[in-house]
Amino acid sequence: MRVPVSWLAEYVDLPEGLSTEALAARLTAFDLKLEEIVSSGISGPLVVGRVLSLVKEEQKNGKTINWCRVDVGAHNDDSVPDAPGDDVPSRGIICGAHNFVEGDLVVVSLPGTVLPALGFEISARKTYGHVSDGMICSGAELGVPGDASGIIVLEPGAAEPGDDAIALLGLGEQVLDLEVNPDRAYALSLRGVARDAGIALGVPFHDPADVEAVTVATPGPGAYPVDVQDPAACPVFAAVTVSGLDATAPTPAWLARRVELAGMRSISLAVDVTNYVMLELGLPIHGYDRSLLQGTLVVRRATEGEQLTTLDGTTRTLTSEDAVVADDRGPVGLGGVMGGEQVEMTPATTDIVVEAAVWTASMIARTARTQRLTSEAAKRNERGVDPTLPARAVRRVADLLVEHGGATLEEGLTLLGEPPVPADITLDVGLPARITGVDVDTVTVVEALEANGCAVEVDHDRLTVTPPPWRPDLTDPYDVVEDVLRVVGYDRVPSIIPVAPAGRGLTVAQKLRRRAGTVLAGEGLVEVKTFPFAGPADFDRMGLPADDVRRRQVLLENPLSAEDPGMTTTLLSGLLRSLVLNIGRGHSDVLLTETGRVFLPREGGAEAPIYGVDRRPTEDELDALTSALPDQPHHVGLVMSGERVRSGWAGPGRAVSWADAVAIVRHLAASMHVDVTVEAAEHAPWHPGRCAAIVLRGEVIGHAGELHPRVLKAYGLPPRVVAAEVDLDALIEASPAIGPRPAFSSYPVAKEDLALVVDASQPAGPLADVLAAASPLIESARLFDVYAGEQVPEGKKSLAFSLRLRAPDRTLTDDDIKGAREAAVTAARTASDATLRT
Amino acid sequence: MSAPNSSYDPVEVTSLRSDEIERMRDEALAAVAAATTLDDLKQVRIDHVGDRSPIALANREIGALQPQARKEAGQRVGQARGVVSKALAARTAELEAAEEETALVAEAVDVTLPWDVSPVGARHPVTTLSEHIADVFVAMGWEIAEGPEVEAEWLNFDALNLGPDHPARTMQDTFWVTPERAATVLRTHTSPVQARTMLTRTPPIYVACPGRVFRTDELDATHSPVFHQVEGLAIDEGLSMAHLKGTLDHFARAIYGDGMTTRFRPSYFPFTEPSAEMDLLCYVCHNEPDAVASCRTCKGEGWVEWGGCGVVNPRVLVACGVDPERYSGFAFGIGIDRTITSRYDIADLRDLFDGDIRFTEPFGVEL
Repeated sequence: MRVPVSWLAEYVDLPEGLSTEALAARLTAFDLKLEEIVSSGISGPLVVGRVLSLVKEEQKNGKTINWCRVDVGAHNDDSVPDAPGDDVPSRGIICGAHNFVEGDLVVVSLPGTVLPALGFEISARKTYGHVSDGMICSGAELGVPGDASGIIVLEPGAAEPGDDAIALLGLGEQVLDLEVNPDRAYALSLRGVARDAGIALGVPFHDPADVEAVTVATPGPGAYPVDVQDPAACPVFAAVTVSGLDATAPTPAWLARRVELAGMRSISLAVDVTNYVMLELGLPIHGYDRSLLQGTLVVRRATEGEQLTTLDGTTRTLTSEDAVVADDRGPVGLGGVMGGEQVEMTPATTDIVVEAAVWTASMIARTARTQRLTSEAAKRNERGVDPTLPARAVRRVADLLVEHGGATLEEGLTLLGEPPVPADITLDVGLPARITGVDVDTVTVVEALEANGCAVEVDHDRLTVTPPPWRPDLTDPYDVVEDVLRVVGYDRVPSIIPVAPAGRGLTVAQKLRRRAGTVLAGEGLVEVKTFPFAGPADFDRMGLPADDVRRRQVLLENPLSAEDPGMTTTLLSGLLRSLVLNIGRGHSDVLLTETGRVFLPREGGAEAPIYGVDRRPTEDELDALTSALPDQPHHVGLVMSGERVRSGWAGPGRAVSWADAVAIVRHLAASMHVDVTVEAAEHAPWHPGRCAAIVLRGEVIGHAGELHPRVLKAYGLPPRVVAAEVDLDALIEASPAIGPRPAFSSYPVAKEDLALVVDASQPAGPLADVLAAASPLIESARLFDVYAGEQVPEGKKSLAFSLRLRAPDRTLTDDDIKGAREAAVTAARTASDATLRT
Repeated sequence: MSAPNSSYDPVEVTSLRSDEIERMRDEALAAVAAATTLDDLKQVRIDHVGDRSPIALANREIGALQPQARKEAGQRVGQARGVVSKALAARTAELEAAEEETALVAEAVDVTLPWDVSPVGARHPVTTLSEHIADVFVAMGWEIAEGPEVEAEWLNFDALNLGPDHPARTMQDTFWVTPERAATVLRTHTSPVQARTMLTRTPPIYVACPGRVFRTDELDATHSPVFHQVEGLAIDEGLSMAHLKGTLDHFARAIYGDGMTTRFRPSYFPFTEPSAEMDLLCYVCHNEPDAVASCRTCKGEGWVEWGGCGVVNPRVLVACGVDPERYSGFAFGIGIDRTITSRYDIADLRDLFDGDIRFTEPFGVEL
């Protein structure tokens, strides 16, 4: 809400010498938060001048300039020697614009004037062979709306040469731009802001609506026939008629200026006046050209699919939830939101039906939302207006049109409905102190509420509060508490640290997620936070098959971009985009990780129920809510490109390998004491020969390995990028409350090496487990060499393991060692058809 | 070599004469002294105290002496051996030290050579700040609550006193999940976690809820469709705005250091009443009279905006199954991303989310 300070001062006795900043600070402390103080920023001698003479001089560059003598009254300087007509006191000014003539009143910025639009201070300067002793100003230079390109020519007689143009044009005006919260509907008016300023500053407020209210309809030709068929949509409707308006009458400058300072465009007298009164009182007003209306105005709900072209030129399809004002032909206005184009006031309109009504706020909010139409009227009506105002507001509009447009107010008033009476609120007198923590007594509470316009009755320890009509937001005891507190002062709330009961600390999952983050950072990975949006283009680049479950997304009704129509199903979509960015920015060794949710829609796509709010939903109802939502497990993802060990003076490094991706996932699992196994898998976007499925208790919970070359090509990434993604929730779930017990023997170790020949296709990983399990004496089996070549038969490979043997209770004998070794060989033969290499 | 003495006649063995023993000893000592390497010394040991060394051979002759003479001769040989062994040990130590010295000099390296072969990981500041904040509240006995990011409309709005036609709904530009009748949204704040907590626990409740939230703002230097909040909720008997203020003041000190404080300005949120904006004392100028005017961080205000808060609206308590006659509570929320951009003077919010490693790396593993 933009509030010109001089307009505000008309309704509230601002203390002498109060700065605009101090006023704004008080209003901010009173819940009307200052966004900014808007001012023209123009200073210095900006004055009215009369063009005495004007000589056109053609220049070498083809331009024609005007060499003018301008009478600027007391600011004239007759010492300029080269002036034509120097017999008259005046100033010589060069001007390049041509939309003015001798005798016109113009605005002159004399040397020393600062015009923010130009960014410098005006000075006398020599130009086109003359000294130009000032500048004749255009609308653009002064920041005055309207036809900004040309020189401002004032109405004859509007002022005298030498008059201060800053005051004349209202350029010295300061405007408070206030942020108005949804509960303070009344503050979308000068009236409301002035009232709050009065309370906040403790100074008298003069209510512009304080004219005698007409509470009954009066007959007469001006009482246009209206039929409110749906009083639930429109509880109060008032209208008067003015006729014989001089369609050419301009809007008085002060009124146009106020409307524009308040942020609206000045259009014509009739439109400006309705806007002016809306700004003043907070009640939207609509004017219909009476000559364009046919028959009774009917207020009703729209029929489904009914059409209306509104003032903004948009043809809208209405629903039965929208209210319309219709005449014999159909809708002529979207009730409380915007008028219809068909009966719009035009520059030729002379007879006007002025309407002011009260509309049901929730209905307006719904219409504004479904029609995506945020008008000044809707903004006020959806928050709630003062329902006692309509009859006074239409009268105020009529009076201004009579005064400034020569119109006649026709006899009669249409007034239908009764303003709803605000419900009383009862509360314990101690509630404000209990809730705010500020020690306020009953007298303070009552005074604060009365200052806000409430009527208050005290009965022992109960307060009965009747809110004023302009405060539809006051419905609950806690609302009353807030109004008390803003008068008492938010700064009086003391500071006390509450003592919570002994807490349980972080949950296991929270601790393990932190641990995962630390482990991944320890692996040299850099964490990123990408947006969880993705789309088919991502899945195509990743080479996901058409039936891949990851192509099934939680889609959005209103995604920000068509590229990303929904939520991602894999962290790799974001990680790969980040990898592309990093490589594009010249980083060669990039190791990225992200931990976050992915979004997996449920079969059938459930609908979440909407419950009432007057009670807690039942357990079943809550279950229905949660089970309607998609699965949203936490995943861990990583992508790595470049070198894992960097090359340098010490020698060549080592490029990232599929094995790094697998190892990191294994480390992550091990950090949670979770045993995962690894199996060969073919799974996009990984290289079909270099992809490991991560298996937990028989379930695949993720994949790791090198990405498919085609995927890397699609992303424009260098070769051999590796990646992993694993279900972190599954790992956390499997993490035992207590980790493994340390158990080791102090007896000496025996070491045995074992080379086994197996089929070349035989996975080596599981064989180590087979060996380790072959005898209780085998402490560990570690693969240390893989060989295929001349020394082994074609189609075979040799796997060399080192075994560590140890008994818990004795030193091993040669027979023990021999036995364990033989057990290992036998187990390998059984499991993998392995033979001992000879 | 002499024959064994079987006659018990006095027999003189030349090699056991004292002058002979001294000679062997002195020769041995000279050889020890002359050795310059450990290998030399090894040979000296073989030649002079080894099994076939003169002293060893002489020792074998002791048996040829008369029993009365054997003791004296044995002592003489033993002493000589002892002296030589001692000298050998000393010389060995000397030579070992010298050789080690030489080796160490030869092995010296340029320790200023960079060893930057291992990548250094880092965690995102949104993560680490969230954890830091969680720690502050856990230390006060609070717990950390979480909830889904794709959330039921009822929990994101209705339960929080944001009815279907509430004007504030349009202020929170919401991502809606397809189809619209699914009544499912990307949560616009972490407040549904508060609702879930109240719905599933009984008071007293003290929880903080950090998390990722969504609004349909186009990404630019100061807006992001995806951002992070932390909200707090306390429900107990007898809680007031004073407890809210105390909690926030403590929070401010824990994050920004001693001497910090907060200030309330009236505001509006549907889920709280009374509601307040909270300002944080400017952490750069501390509103000090001589510094505030030129402070760029607070633009001369002395305070910076930090978040919103208030007393939980009893309507929210009712919808979430908490008895408003018995319990009251407070709630607050701050932006984590904003806290980071302001604390670290980051001009462009996009830096947090595009994933350039140079953004995250300086933050290391902890803030």
